[in-house]
Formats: sequence, structure tokens, C-alpha cells
Amino acid sequence: MNQDNLLIAGKTYRSRLLIGTGKYRDFSETRAAVEASGAEIITIAIRRSNIGQNPNEPNLLDILPPSRYTLLPNTAGCYSANDAVRTLRLARELLNGHSLVKLEVLGDPQSLYPNVVETIAAAKILVAEGFQVMVYTSDDPIVAKQLEDVGCVAIMPLASLIGSGMGILNPWNLQLIMERVQVPVIVDAGVGTASDAAIAMELGCHGVLMNTAIAAAQQPVWMASAMKAAVEAGRLAYLAGRMPKKLYSASPSSPVSGLIS
Amino acid sequence: MSVIAVIINGELRQFDHPITLVTLLEQMQLNGKRIALERNGEIVPRGQFDQQLLENGDRLEIVVAVGGG
Repeated sequence: MNQDNLLIAGKTYRSRLLIGTGKYRDFSETRAAVEASGAEIITIAIRRSNIGQNPNEPNLLDILPPSRYTLLPNTAGCYSANDAVRTLRLARELLNGHSLVKLEVLGDPQSLYPNVVETIAAAKILVAEGFQVMVYTSDDPIVAKQLEDVGCVAIMPLASLIGSGMGILNPWNLQLIMERVQVPVIVDAGVGTASDAAIAMELGCHGVLMNTAIAAAQQPVWMASAMKAAVEAGRLAYLAGRMPKKLYSASPSSPVSGLIS
Repeated sequence: MSVIAVIINGELRQFDHPITLVTLLEQMQLNGKRIALERNGEIVPRGQFDQQLLENGDRLEIVVAVGGG
């Protein structure tokens, strides 16, 4: 098990849990949750600096130093390929040339469902510019394959809508995606509690990315620990290979002979 | 000297004389902070902040990292 690393774009990670940094009460809670989760890849967002407001307030990059974590800048809130590409160019400049990014191009603000047409267009541009693109997408296996073909380094389908906590709604599509692509498949969005993360890993997903499931828990730091355990348990169960499901068991666990009479 | 009007993060700002990006960032108390800057759609590398002068009609985006998923 010590060698069971997650490999993304040529770099290995011990943790298969990737977490976001949004929606926490404060930076102290963010840091505590990140620590408890054991995550090595941490997503961040890129936003306009607030003109004239608190220039001395702490910066997220001081709390989560890029020397210690692999920071994964995202394009959350972008609704066009152009905005997503501009955002990630800024992110690369902000992070001193760092090229591993999370691309997401949204379709509408109610569902936050991905716009896959704009996503593929953005992915092509970013790959051509040398970015290593981990891509948020729908659970459509054909789109997933196209995203791999344009050069994305990880395919990250939703399990249910962003922030919904509805869990793994279509395990069959996740399996179809895993059968078709060679790069890591990471469930991104929809996980609500630890069992959801375990199910994703038992299906054979290579990792799980979550934010709200931890940040919106009553005790985020406890939930971060729970998610760490769930991802590890689910992965180990996947590698162990579960027993087949049977409607009736024809083989009791205890000996059938030697019963008293 | 005519006024130099620029849009910074969506807000109109006016200057009565030409200034470099470094001076602008100093005025905004952002010099040396972890920011990235886009000018008229193009990234300006940090090393060029002291060479580039703001020009009338410029559109700047100045960004930071924040929490996100």
C-alpha cells in the first residue's frame, strides 16, 4: 500500500483527497481542515484585489504556502472559455509559473453545471500554452474522452451538482468514463458525507475533490478527518476487491457440520 | 497635461500625471503583495511593473488568491 500513489502529470501524491478552501469561517479553520484532511492538492480561486480595503489582511498564500502544498488555481465563476483562460494566465503569474490548474467553465448560475463546449475550447488553448489541465466536467463519457484527447491530465466529473451534497448519483457513468480514459478520474463535486467519498473510491475513481462537504459540516475539521479515512478506506476496498453480491447466501460463514443435536 | 483615466478592477480611476505600475501599486498599498496584473488583456510580468506607464483608457485587472473549491 505504501506504493499506491496518485500520479498526475508525472508527479506523485500520497493523498487521493483533494480539497477546496472556500466557505470556511476564517483562515485558521481553513488551515486546520486542510491539515486534518491530509490533502496535498488544494484548490484556490483567483479574484480581484479589493481596492483600498485592508491591504494588510493576511493572504491565503501565507496560510497555505506553495512550498508545502500543490496549489490548484481554479476558474470557478467563469462562464466563457476566454474568461477561464485569462484567469489561469493570471494564476500562473501569481504562482510564479505554476502550470497545474483546475479548469471549470460553468453553464448557468443556478445549477453550476459545466458548459462542456466552452470547457473543451478553453482546454485546447490552455494545453497549447503549456498548462497541465485538470478539468471539471459533466459525467458524459464521450466528453470525458474528448477532454483527454485534447491533453487534459485529469478528468474530474461531477457526481452531483456543485455544493449539493447529493452524493454519487450516477455510478454507472463514472464507470463508463473510467473505462474510456487513461488519465486519473477524480470525482469533483457532489460529495456530501464520508460514505459518498468511500463509494467513489470503491468504484475505482483515482481521487475525490471536495469543498462544501467539509466546509459546510457542523464540525469541518472532524469532517476533514472523516473524509481522509473514507477515501483511504474506499481505495483499499477497491484494491482488495469486494465479494460478489448474492441475493441468497449458499455458504454460511460458520461450519455446517459439528452442530449439536 | 490631460487626465489619465483607467479602469482598475472595474472601477474608474483618474490620475493627473503619468505614473508607472509600481507607483500605482504603491498607492494601492499592493506593492510587494502576492498579486498578478493584467493590462488590456495581457499579463504584465512583475519585473516590468517599474517600466510600464499607465496610459489613458487602460483596463487593469489586479488579482489575488482567495479561498475556493
